[in-house]
Amino acid sequence: MADLSTDFLGIKSPNPFWLASAPPTDKEVNVRRAFEAGWGGVVWKTLGEDPPVVNVNGPRYATLWSQDRRVIGFNNIELISDRPLQVNLDEIKRVKRDFPDRAMIVSLMVPVNEASWKAILERVADTGADGVELNFGCPHGMSERGMGSAVGQVPEYIQQVTEWCKKHTKMPVIVKLTPNITDVRFPARAAKAGGADAVSLINTINSVMGVDLDRMTMSPVTDGWGSHGGYCGPAVKPIALNMVAEIARDPATAGLPLSGIGGVSTWRDAAEFIAMGCGTVQVCTAAMVYGFKIVQDMCSGLSNFMDEKGYANLKAFQGMAVPTVKNWNQLNLKHVEKAVIDQGTCIQCGRCHVVCEDTSHQAIWATKDGKRHFHVNEAECVGCNLCVSICPVPGTISMRALQAGETDARTGRVIDGSYANWTTHPNNPMRAACG
Amino acid sequence: MDPADLKSGRLAPADYANHFADAHPPLNRTQALIEAERCYYCYDAPCQTACPTGIDIPAFIQRIAQDNVRGAADAILTANPLGGMCARVCPTEVLCEQACVRNTNESKPVEIGLLQRFAVEGYFAKPGKPLFERAAPTGKRVAVVGAGPAGLAAAHGLARRGHEVTLFDAAPKLGGLNEYGLATYKVAGGFAQREIDWLLSIGGITPKLNTRLGRDITLDGLLAAHDAVFLGQGLQGVNALGIAEPELPGLRDAVDFIAELRQSAPEIVAVGRRVVVIGGGMTAVDAAVQSKLLGAEQVTMVYRRGPDGLSASLHEQQWAQTHGVTIRCWARPLAVEAEGGVLRGMRFAATRLEGGQLVDTGEQFTLEADMVLRAIGQTYRAEAAGSGLALEGGRLKTDADGATNLSRVWAGGDCRAGGRDLTVEAVEHGKRAAASIHQALTGVAHG
Repeated sequence: MADLSTDFLGIKSPNPFWLASAPPTDKEVNVRRAFEAGWGGVVWKTLGEDPPVVNVNGPRYATLWSQDRRVIGFNNIELISDRPLQVNLDEIKRVKRDFPDRAMIVSLMVPVNEASWKAILERVADTGADGVELNFGCPHGMSERGMGSAVGQVPEYIQQVTEWCKKHTKMPVIVKLTPNITDVRFPARAAKAGGADAVSLINTINSVMGVDLDRMTMSPVTDGWGSHGGYCGPAVKPIALNMVAEIARDPATAGLPLSGIGGVSTWRDAAEFIAMGCGTVQVCTAAMVYGFKIVQDMCSGLSNFMDEKGYANLKAFQGMAVPTVKNWNQLNLKHVEKAVIDQGTCIQCGRCHVVCEDTSHQAIWATKDGKRHFHVNEAECVGCNLCVSICPVPGTISMRALQAGETDARTGRVIDGSYANWTTHPNNPMRAACG
Repeated sequence: MDPADLKSGRLAPADYANHFADAHPPLNRTQALIEAERCYYCYDAPCQTACPTGIDIPAFIQRIAQDNVRGAADAILTANPLGGMCARVCPTEVLCEQACVRNTNESKPVEIGLLQRFAVEGYFAKPGKPLFERAAPTGKRVAVVGAGPAGLAAAHGLARRGHEVTLFDAAPKLGGLNEYGLATYKVAGGFAQREIDWLLSIGGITPKLNTRLGRDITLDGLLAAHDAVFLGQGLQGVNALGIAEPELPGLRDAVDFIAELRQSAPEIVAVGRRVVVIGGGMTAVDAAVQSKLLGAEQVTMVYRRGPDGLSASLHEQQWAQTHGVTIRCWARPLAVEAEGGVLRGMRFAATRLEGGQLVDTGEQFTLEADMVLRAIGQTYRAEAAGSGLALEGGRLKTDADGATNLSRVWAGGDCRAGGRDLTVEAVEHGKRAAASIHQALTGVAHG
C-alpha cells in the first residue's frame, strides 16, 4: 500500500488532496465534513478585513456542460468570505484542534499596505493554522478594489506583499498565482524573491460563461447585468499544467515547492500535477460537483497507481516529468512518426479519413480494393496525431516511430537515429546566432 | 354444440388502453441528448448507406445534440417525407442500426429510430413555418393511385415541385398500410393521420377517396386526364392456404383483423380464446401479438419452414415471444377442422428440408383454435391496372426510377417488383418516381 502522506513546507497531511480556498472551505460545518470524508487538508476560504464583503444573491456560478451534462467548466463571481473575520478565526481554531493531523492553511487577502497584512497575520497565527496562502489570484470583484489578481498581475506588488508577510509571520507563506497574466514565470520569480515558501497555481481564469440568446444578456446575470467570473474545472487543467511546468523548469524558480491547482478531478489528474513537480494538489470543482466523498476515490486510484508502478511514496515520482518539458527549438526534427491503424479494432467510422482529408494532410485512405477500409498513406503522413486524437476507439490508431535505417516515405530521407533541432536546421535564418 | 370461443371484451376495460399503448415510448429530451451524443458522426456513414431513403443520419443526430430539432426534422423529412412513420415501423435492426459502427465494440448501436422519432414528432408538435415551400405551379397534372407510403411520398415530391396531384385511394381514409396495416401499438396517438395532415399541408394534393382503380377509375382514363400516373396501390390479394377453406366465423385474413383493430376500439374486436396465425412475417407477428393483447389465452404462429426463413426480424420474433406468442416452425396447414360450421382447429403436416426441398415428414398434429388468421403474404392484382403493364415475378416491372413499360406511367411500393416490402422502400420508390416524373414533365432534373 503506497504512502500518500505529504510533507509540504513542514506541513503534514495524510494525502496530497487539499481543498482549495473556495466555497467548500467557507465554514466550520463544511470543513468538518471534508475532514471526516478524508481530505488531507484545506485552504480556508479567503479571509479579509472587516467589515466583510457582501456577495450577490443571484447566480454566483455558471457552467459549461458536455452534451450529457457532465461539468466541463465552472465559473463563479463569489467574493472572499462574507462572514466576520473573528467568526472564521474561531472556527479555524476549533477545527484545527479537532483534526491535528490535517493541513490547515488560511487564505488571505487584504489591501496592499503592510499594516493590514501584519494585523491579519497575527490574528491567524493565534488559530494554530499550519500556514497561509496569499490570494493574489481572484480575478473578479476583489480585483476592482486593487486586491486579488490586481496584485498578482504586478510582480513588484507580489514581491512586496510576500516580503511583508515573511517579515510578520513564522508560518509558511504560499503565494497563489493568477493565470490572468502573459508569462507566469515573472510572478513566480517575484514570489520567490519576496521569500515565498511555495507557490500555488492556478487561480481561476477570467471568463464569461455564455450569452442567453433569448434575453440577449451575458450569463449568468444578476438582475439583468453580469460580470466576468473565475473559470475552473476540468477544462482548465491543461492551462494549469503548463504554468506549473513553466515554473518547475525555470532555472530561477526550479525547486520552489508547488501546490497544483486547476481541474483536478481524478487521481490521474493529481498524479500528473505531482509528476510535473507539485507536492500537493488542491481541488475545488470536483468536490462542488460530486461532494466530498470523491476524495476517497481519488486516494484509492492514486494508491493503486503507485502500487502498480512501484512508487512507495509521492516523492518517488514527484517532478519526474519535468525534464521532458522543453522549448520547441529543442525538439528532435529528425524523429519521424507515422500513424498506424489497427484493422482488427477499427470500427470503420471513417472520422480519421475525413478530418485528415479536410483539415490535415490527406494521408488516410478510405477504401481498399473498392471496399470501405481506412489505412495510412505514409507518403503523406506527417505524424501530426490528429487521427489518434479523434479516433473514438482507444488504441486503434497509434503512432509508430521510424527506426534507424527506415526511409520516411514522405521525404525519402533515411532515418539515421541522430538528434538535430531547429537551432542547427538549415532553414533557420538565425541558426548562426543559435549556434 | 358449443360455439367457438370467439368474442370481444375479454379484458377489463382499463386494460385495453395499456395493452395498445405505444410499444416503444418516445425518448424524452434528456434521453435524446444523451443518445445523440453517442453518435460518432461517421464519414460516409454506414447507417446512411443502409437507409433505403438515404437520410443523413449523422446530421440529424448532430442537430438533436445541438438542440436544433427543427433542423433535425428538416434533414430527415427532406430525404424521407414519411420519416416519422418510418422511425416507428422500420426494422432498424436490419437497416441503419445494423450498420452502426457502435455495434463493433458494444453490440449496442445508436438508437437511430428513436432519435428520428424524437426529431420528427418534436417538430410536428411545434412546427413553426413550413419546412418546405411549394414551387411555382407547373400546370402539370399527375394522378397518384394509392395513398400508402409510396403514393404519399410521390404526391409530396410532385406537389413540392409545383405539380397538381390527385391522390386516389380505394379506402375511406388516406394512409394505406400506415392507416390500415400496422399494429395499433406501433402507431399510437393517431400518428398516421397527423403525419398525413403535415404531408398534405404542402398544398397541391387533392385526395379522392373511396375510388378504386379498375372499378371507379381506369388507367386509360387517368392517362387521358393527367400528364403522368404513379401507381402505388400495393397488394390487394391475400394468398390462400392452398387447402379447402370453408366460410367460417374466425377464419380470416390477418390484414383484415389488423385493419379492424386500427379502425375500431379494441374492446369491440372479437378474438378467439385459442388463436393460430399462419405465416412468418411482420403481418403474422402484428396479428399474433395483438391477439394476445386482446386477451387470447394461447396464440401460436405456425410457419412452414425453419426459423432462418422467418421474414419477421429477430427483434419482431422476440417481441412476439415476450408477449407470449409461441412460434412453431416446420409445419404446413393441411386442413381446417370444423364441426357443424364451427371452427375447431387446424391440422398441420410437419415438414423438413430434404435436398433443398420442403417435404412432409409424415407426422401430423392438430392445434385447437377458435380463430385462424392467414398471414402468408399478399399478391399484386394485375387486372385493376390493366394488362398493358409488364410484370416481373407477378408485380410491376419498372426501371430504377419506377418507370414502367408504359409511357407516362410509374409505379412504386409493394406493387413494384424487386423490393423487400418495407415502408421505407416504398417511400424511396415514391420519392424517386416523383423526381423522375418531374424530369420527364419539365425536362429539368431537380432534387
